[in-house]
Amino acid sequence: MHPAFSVIFFTVSSGAGFGLFALLVLADLLGLGGGLSTEQKLTAGIVALFLISAGLSSSVFHLANPKNAWRAFSRYRTSWLSREGVFAVAFFPFAIVYLGLTWLNLAGFDWLRVAMGIAAVMLAWITIFSTGMIYACLKTIRQWNSPLVPANYLALGHFLGALLLLAVASGGGVALGPYISLTMGLLVVAAALKAIYYFWIVNPGATSSIQTATGFTRGTVRLLDTGHTHGTFLTQEFGFKIARQFSLLLKVIVFAAAFALPAVLLLIAQPSQDNLFMVAAVAILGIVTERWLFFAEARHVVNLYHGAQRT
Amino acid sequence: MRLGLVIDLDVCVGCHACAIACKEWNASGATAPLTDYQPYGAEPSGVWFNRIRSYEVGEYPNNKTINFPMSCMHCEDADCVTVCPTGASYKRSEDGIVLVDQTKCMGCNYCSWACPYGARELDRESGTMKKCTLCIDRIYDTAMPVEERQPACVLTCPAHARMFGDMDDANSAVSVVIRERGGYQLMPELGYNPTNHYLPVRKAKPIPTENLGKTGFKDRLKGIANRIVKR
Repeated sequence: MHPAFSVIFFTVSSGAGFGLFALLVLADLLGLGGGLSTEQKLTAGIVALFLISAGLSSSVFHLANPKNAWRAFSRYRTSWLSREGVFAVAFFPFAIVYLGLTWLNLAGFDWLRVAMGIAAVMLAWITIFSTGMIYACLKTIRQWNSPLVPANYLALGHFLGALLLLAVASGGGVALGPYISLTMGLLVVAAALKAIYYFWIVNPGATSSIQTATGFTRGTVRLLDTGHTHGTFLTQEFGFKIARQFSLLLKVIVFAAAFALPAVLLLIAQPSQDNLFMVAAVAILGIVTERWLFFAEARHVVNLYHGAQRT
Repeated sequence: MRLGLVIDLDVCVGCHACAIACKEWNASGATAPLTDYQPYGAEPSGVWFNRIRSYEVGEYPNNKTINFPMSCMHCEDADCVTVCPTGASYKRSEDGIVLVDQTKCMGCNYCSWACPYGARELDRESGTMKKCTLCIDRIYDTAMPVEERQPACVLTCPAHARMFGDMDDANSAVSVVIRERGGYQLMPELGYNPTNHYLPVRKAKPIPTENLGKTGFKDRLKGIANRIVKR
């Protein structure tokens, strides 16, 4: 698959934003590390809303005909892409009311703040899951058609969110121990799920072949002619190929930048807030690389008609 | 009713006439235009509803060239329709034709990802997804003579490799030929249940290329003459 930057940025940014917001609300409700100050909650909340909004607007740039984008909210009964949009937009009012009540700190309205926060967490989780299902529901791409995909999206979004929340919390006033533990726990889960995914897509089981694509199942089939002079929409969108050596190098970069560096820093050093934001930025770049690979390594079955023997 | 095509791979000669006729009709049809990019430039490309590929099947000397036209299969379980977030992609309940409403499409490409047959192509000029309409603006046109109310590709095929009809009617010409010739669907393992069927190549003896026997007197004379006369 052609890795489109707008979609890569959209999934990473909004995933990290929803993860951050969900963890912020949970940390707030549980009083993690003695409880975040109002400024810290607002900072984390605004960073999360900014990441989500930036991601969603980036996804609009992917459209060839954005004037019809509003129609994307209409088919939530069958389409995961539509559901993703509906849940993402439904999240905003709850999140904004939660942040507003946190800011105003009105006496007697804490129950509403808690209720809004819990609703926002639920919607954040459902939205990240929907983002993963956009890809996981496609039968045409074996590397995506797996429950590991939404699991990866949830784990990576929450891991980036935890890193950002830790960076905000390190401003002072709270015990950092629980936040470091939370980040490390999510780091281990995210890294393990990603490792399982990379192991699984090397040989994802029975796939379509050029024989089942053409119906000549009893013999060898070779492409003689694609029937087009230059590229087509199909070759541009689905023809992308990545060298095995290069993908291996990128996987090393993903694990080094997103998982190894933060783990080493959190376990050994006592990093300052500036350093933690830097680590979060490097981890986000690592996950951007991961998302690029997620698209680059996906092989659509239409390539069989262009001469690929297997997908 | 379940309208679709049957393509006879035994007689298709790979002339691309169906693709040209399709382009000609649909360039001014329901989802027109079919934009071309650099038609006379170094990298010609553009939107087509019908593409013909050629494959070599089997190993020499038991090999054969198969020309393979492909357009929208108008699947019964069309994922391109269910994944569409805007409702632009739809499948008509009355005849099973899958269409894209050009006024609703936002050009997200998602339906083309869901299609295993490469039937959908984005028009960069209009920003919308385009695909085979089964010439919906021909087959129901009562102003046309009855025998011309067929898709342009079917009418034009010089080898009669393409047939159009109702797969739900067990006695229609297409249903009969699918039954008698063992017509099959592409990539059945994905479960899209495509309406279009392909007829396999008939069994034929391989043309001998070795041990053809002794050459006769006439052929020996021709051989001598060929060696003398320089071309």
